[in-house]
Amino acid sequence: MIVDQTAFHAALRNPSADIPTGLTNDKGAPAGSRFNVYRNNVTTSLMDALSDGFPVIHKLLGQENFKNLARDYQAAHPPSSPLMMMFGAEFPDFLRTHPGLAKLAYLGDVAEMEYAMRRSYHAANSVAIDPAVLASLDETSLLASTFQIAPSVQVCTSAWPILGIWRFNSIVGAPKPTPKAECVLITRPDFDPSPEEITKGDVALLQSFANGETLETALIAAQTIEEGHDFGRILQCLLAGGAITKIDTKG
Amino acid sequence: MSKTLKSVAVAASVAAALVGHATTATAAEKEKCFGVSLAGQNDCAAGPGTTCAGSSTVDYQGNAWTLVDAGTCVDMELPAADDGSARMGSLDALERDIPA
Amino acid sequence: MFDQLPQLPCQPGVGYKAQHYADILKNADPVGWLEVHAENYMGDGGRPLAQLQFLSERFPISVHGVGLSIGGEGALDQDHLNRLKTLCDWLQPTSFSEHLAWSSHDSHFLNDLLPLPYTSGTLTRVVDHIDQLQSLLGQQILLENPSSYLAFAESTYEEPQFLEEVASRSGCGLLLDVNNVFVSATNLNMDPYAYIDAFSLSRVGEIHLGGHDEDTDDNGAPLLIDSHGREVADPVWTLLDYTLDKSGSLPILVEWDNDVPDWPTLQAETVRAQKALDRVYA
Repeated sequence: MIVDQTAFHAALRNPSADIPTGLTNDKGAPAGSRFNVYRNNVTTSLMDALSDGFPVIHKLLGQENFKNLARDYQAAHPPSSPLMMMFGAEFPDFLRTHPGLAKLAYLGDVAEMEYAMRRSYHAANSVAIDPAVLASLDETSLLASTFQIAPSVQVCTSAWPILGIWRFNSIVGAPKPTPKAECVLITRPDFDPSPEEITKGDVALLQSFANGETLETALIAAQTIEEGHDFGRILQCLLAGGAITKIDTKG
Repeated sequence: MSKTLKSVAVAASVAAALVGHATTATAAEKEKCFGVSLAGQNDCAAGPGTTCAGSSTVDYQGNAWTLVDAGTCVDMELPAADDGSARMGSLDALERDIPA
Repeated sequence: MFDQLPQLPCQPGVGYKAQHYADILKNADPVGWLEVHAENYMGDGGRPLAQLQFLSERFPISVHGVGLSIGGEGALDQDHLNRLKTLCDWLQPTSFSEHLAWSSHDSHFLNDLLPLPYTSGTLTRVVDHIDQLQSLLGQQILLENPSSYLAFAESTYEEPQFLEEVASRSGCGLLLDVNNVFVSATNLNMDPYAYIDAFSLSRVGEIHLGGHDEDTDDNGAPLLIDSHGREVADPVWTLLDYTLDKSGSLPILVEWDNDVPDWPTLQAETVRAQKALDRVYA
């Protein structure tokens, strides 16, 4: 007669489990399918949260496919935190390893980018440097400096045109993506995450910045992976996105 | 093996970036990412269409299902490799040494 | 120790949705305060927190938690308690409320407000959890009555009595959701007016109203779903009038969480809430 939360929870998450006895309807009889209201609430609220969080994946797969995948995902990866804003962290890998999706291998990387947009949106605020600081430094001290990057900055890399796919599915009139590998920088000038394509050299540069290395080391890393890497271009992107929060000249 | 910087046009790059920055479109003119702001909200309502009697879709039941041709993925014509494993046919995609 | 009722104004309030930000700043009338779901403001920064700060300089804010699992069998989630503390310390909301429900089990979050039986055992547990929360926040909280789709045979308290016991032992106030009363009474074949009569109205610091969907159970009995996806139903407005006649004026929140309409549609609901308050003053 006593229904503890372990029993309630077990029946809630297993659609074919018996409904615990001790739950009653309006006449004091067994609750029967009234229990399914709770089953449905839990399942649909998580499926809806996933759909809201991955609108491009939803569009790519269509309503029916997405719904079926979302149902499987929330069963396999129930949220461990009450913050629905970050629900879906394992969804990119779920898509990458799903046997039915092997021919759409870009899905995981696109989902990763959508999740990165969300991380950027909720990241801590920061104050960008005044670009004039750069002009005040001579080349030697500039090369010896470290660049601190804003918490809202995210980088995604893919063997697929993830930004092209994202744009095609997010912006009316955007062209079809063409087959190529793409790296994406997400910055958050003000409060809107803004994605743009960067190069592999840029990715190496940003990785070096993240590791606390000097501009000289970062530029060598960029040039090693990309002949003729254009530092001016990525610097302009970073300034436009308010992405540099500190330049430390180390005295 | 120590590597050295191949060119020291850093000052010129910085100068170019600063000029470019001064003329860059403001944040307001950049593409807005609709959807991010509404993603993953907590609320205290039951799901719409939630039901117990089976008169609407019963979503909690995960029956067997197969993927159907639907969605914009079918419009994109991104080539898969001959062996069925999806891989871009282009040179770029074969370079897998992208740092994490 | 926290025996003072929160001081939200006795005006209509609205469950804040980001898509209404500009509309609310332009013309909120007759809305006098806003309620936000705590969990949506637990990110590190960005627009949600910036908007909330801006709004809080213009409106009294009620923070309404939906994820603490106060009715849970396990201990409260310390990480989540800390997040609530951080949010309330920063925002200094006029009111904080949570639900008589559970939503987490074995570190799994279920994203729904689940029911608990009303027994001496669950009473002690809920009171302990509220003590813990009120001590941490340093303020009285309000506890909301749930929508029920089924009952527990083991329950030994009626819901209004259970809530009164929780309030008198913990010193918390109550949040009376009149739609939830109507939904639960319909679903469990009780008289909603008798529920209001039995409710400790002097402890109520806030009223909630929301829309529900109509369904039936597998015996053909009516089953209302607390969907917050449409206008407040007419019989709920009537029940509100009955309640206000007994309680006097209270802050009244209109909630609309699914299929969120444009601002004028939601505003029209708050105008109706204002009319219900005007009746009390008249």
